[in-house]
Amino acid sequence: MIQEALFFSAVLFIIGVIGVLTRRNAIIIFMCVELMLNAVNLSFVALSRLYGIAGQVFVIFVMTVAAAEAAVGLAIIISIFRHHENVDLRNINLMRG
Amino acid sequence: MLLQQVAATTGHPLSGTVADWMWLLPLLPLLGFVLNGLLAVVSVYRRGPADPAAESGHGHGAGHEAVHADPAHAGAHGTHHHVPPRHKFAGLASIIGPAVLFAAFGLAVSIFGAMSGASHLEQPYVQRYFTWMPVGDFRIEAAFQLDQLSMIMVLVITGVGALIHLFSVGYMRDDPGYPRFFAYLNLFVFFMLVLVLGASYPVMFVGWEGVGLCSYLLIGFWFSDKANADAGKKAFIVNRIGDFGFLVAMFLLYANIAALDFVGVSQRAGELAPAIVTAICLFFFLGCAGKSAQIPLYVWLPDAMAGPTPVSALIHAATMVTAGVYLIARSAVLFALSPVASLTVAVVGALTALLAATIGLKQWDIKRVLAYSTVSQLGYMFVGVGVGAYAAGIFHLVTHAFFKALLFLGSGSVIFALHRAYHATHSRADAQDMRNMGGLRRYLPWTFALMWIATLAISGIPPLSGFFSKDEILAGVFARAGHSTLAEATWLGIPGGPLLYAIYGIGLFTALLTAIYMTRMMLYTFHGPNRTGETERSHLAEAPWVMTLPLVVLGILSAIGGWLNIPEIMGFLGPPQWLHHWLDPVVGAPTLAVTGGEAVHLAHRTEYFLIGGAVAIAVVGILFAVVRLKPARLVTKDQAVPERGFARVLANKWYVDEAYDRTIVRPVVGVSRRLLWTVTDKWLIDGLLVNGSARVTSFFGRLGSYLQTGSVSTYAWAIVLGVLVVLGAFTLR
Repeated sequence: MIQEALFFSAVLFIIGVIGVLTRRNAIIIFMCVELMLNAVNLSFVALSRLYGIAGQVFVIFVMTVAAAEAAVGLAIIISIFRHHENVDLRNINLMRG
Repeated sequence: MLLQQVAATTGHPLSGTVADWMWLLPLLPLLGFVLNGLLAVVSVYRRGPADPAAESGHGHGAGHEAVHADPAHAGAHGTHHHVPPRHKFAGLASIIGPAVLFAAFGLAVSIFGAMSGASHLEQPYVQRYFTWMPVGDFRIEAAFQLDQLSMIMVLVITGVGALIHLFSVGYMRDDPGYPRFFAYLNLFVFFMLVLVLGASYPVMFVGWEGVGLCSYLLIGFWFSDKANADAGKKAFIVNRIGDFGFLVAMFLLYANIAALDFVGVSQRAGELAPAIVTAICLFFFLGCAGKSAQIPLYVWLPDAMAGPTPVSALIHAATMVTAGVYLIARSAVLFALSPVASLTVAVVGALTALLAATIGLKQWDIKRVLAYSTVSQLGYMFVGVGVGAYAAGIFHLVTHAFFKALLFLGSGSVIFALHRAYHATHSRADAQDMRNMGGLRRYLPWTFALMWIATLAISGIPPLSGFFSKDEILAGVFARAGHSTLAEATWLGIPGGPLLYAIYGIGLFTALLTAIYMTRMMLYTFHGPNRTGETERSHLAEAPWVMTLPLVVLGILSAIGGWLNIPEIMGFLGPPQWLHHWLDPVVGAPTLAVTGGEAVHLAHRTEYFLIGGAVAIAVVGILFAVVRLKPARLVTKDQAVPERGFARVLANKWYVDEAYDRTIVRPVVGVSRRLLWTVTDKWLIDGLLVNGSARVTSFFGRLGSYLQTGSVSTYAWAIVLGVLVVLGAFTLR
């Protein structure tokens, strides 16, 4: 049972990584990041069977942080959109050296 | 606090007497410097640049060469005679400036009285004020030392200095930089007194450098004229070469006997190896050659005549330039140990005396004649101290201070009169050129009479002062040529005895030249027809009493100065050898060391013969000049034709300045410009090191900046690859 859960978690995580690496749209990348977080949550929950309740407590933490991150991240994306009229990450390279 | 420390040095016969106040001697001129300096500075702040020459001041300085007079100035004032305003603090400055000097002289005289009254003065009276440089267990004290030698120097400096300050009151009367002039002059006297009172070489060096600074400031006193500023720089730079020698000598002393105070050095001088003593003495002599204008560093002194004439009298004739003679007399213990160094001093002195005298024969500028005469007489003094006749050298120093100060002040009086005359008629003729003078005896009778006294004195006519001192030196050389440690030594392979006889011969020949060029100067200046100009003639007049009075006093001193040290065989004139006995505690032992343990004695017959010869030569020189020179045939400077043949070589000073220019100045400038500036500075330091390192840094910075794309996905790729690498490394390990 745990093996399947961990496998599923790994698949979700890799999908998230590939999404982050290949997509240009900030919203999609954002969603992929959420996907990676939830993949990690899944493995936490699965492993809490073996290692005790701490894994589930961590999931609550991760979800809290993810909610905060979603609030800040979406605010940033909105203000980027107001500035650039789109959210294509190729156009956003203000930090270029 | 000072007085408490002074009271601590008891046990010396002079403690408790007025000599305890010797710290006040240099402090008085320093006070004068501060006050006059404040006057000079305050006036500048009150109404803009009061001082030099920037506005109209240039032609106003009484003694200023009329040649340089500002043409606009000459035109602006039309026909009516223009009286320039004096500096608004001139009255105050002319009280403070001389007053501190007279006070110092009074103090010096009373200290001298205390010294003559005291007995057992074999040891110098040293006052320690504070520790200047503590270096481990070696400490250099800020201390003054009073002994017979420094007493004589203090008397000469304050006495002649006070007279020259008084003269300056008249000479600089209308100069816009009046308080500044007295400030510098007071500062000079302060440093000169530090020089002669210092109890150790480092303290002396402070004075040594200080007088160099004041010399520089005063040579370039009229600095708005580039030639004057250049002359100041030349003096300063040439003197630095000499100071290098002084420093190296001090380092050698410290390294070998770890003593720099005079008492310590004289106690431990015997521990020095002969070669080290010679090196120390030669380095000290390099310092002397710079300060006292000896070959090869004499070239600055004639140029130093760019300063006001009182400066030439005080600094460049009477006091500062004799500091080298004082240094050698002070270091007599060392020089007596090294016959080679002593002979070097004597040889250089003799050659300088001869060279300068030949140049003096053909100069037209009255101050330049006197400048070369000074170089020549300094050469005599070095011959004296070089052959170990230290008292004779100091004797000539004293008498020379009298008659050369008189000659310079007299020439100042002449220049003052001519300048006033040319100023009144707005002529721009040269007020210092003897070709523009002539026949001045009718207009300047006092100056005329007094300068003849000085001329006869410097030529060596008895019974004037120069006769005694010059004869003392020549007799000293002659006696030591026969028997002394110098005669037994060799110098560059030449045996000492014949060398000393040659020096004696050069000395005699120089005496002949001295008589000739001094008489020439007097003839061209005061005798024959007047060449000043028709209209100018009515303006020629004697200077005010404030300038004539110092001349009279110096004239009396030049006449009777010889009584300081009358030779034994002329005992009928007064107490013989006073100065010799007075200086005996300081230089007696070194003198005996040179002469081989016994006092020098010439047979009376020989001595009479030498004196007769010297006097005869002086008379021959004067007569030769009187017979051969025809002041009546002289034409003014603007009509003069240049000399030809050998006379031209002499008029151009043996082309020494040109030779230095070719061999030293230009190569140095060339190397500086091409190698040091272009290659080292511009190319190596600026190009390679400064800009080069900046370029290397910015190159790597640019490389690094390519990593920073600013695109989030690139960073994400980098993170993922990094994670894969780390994971791979952990997995495959």
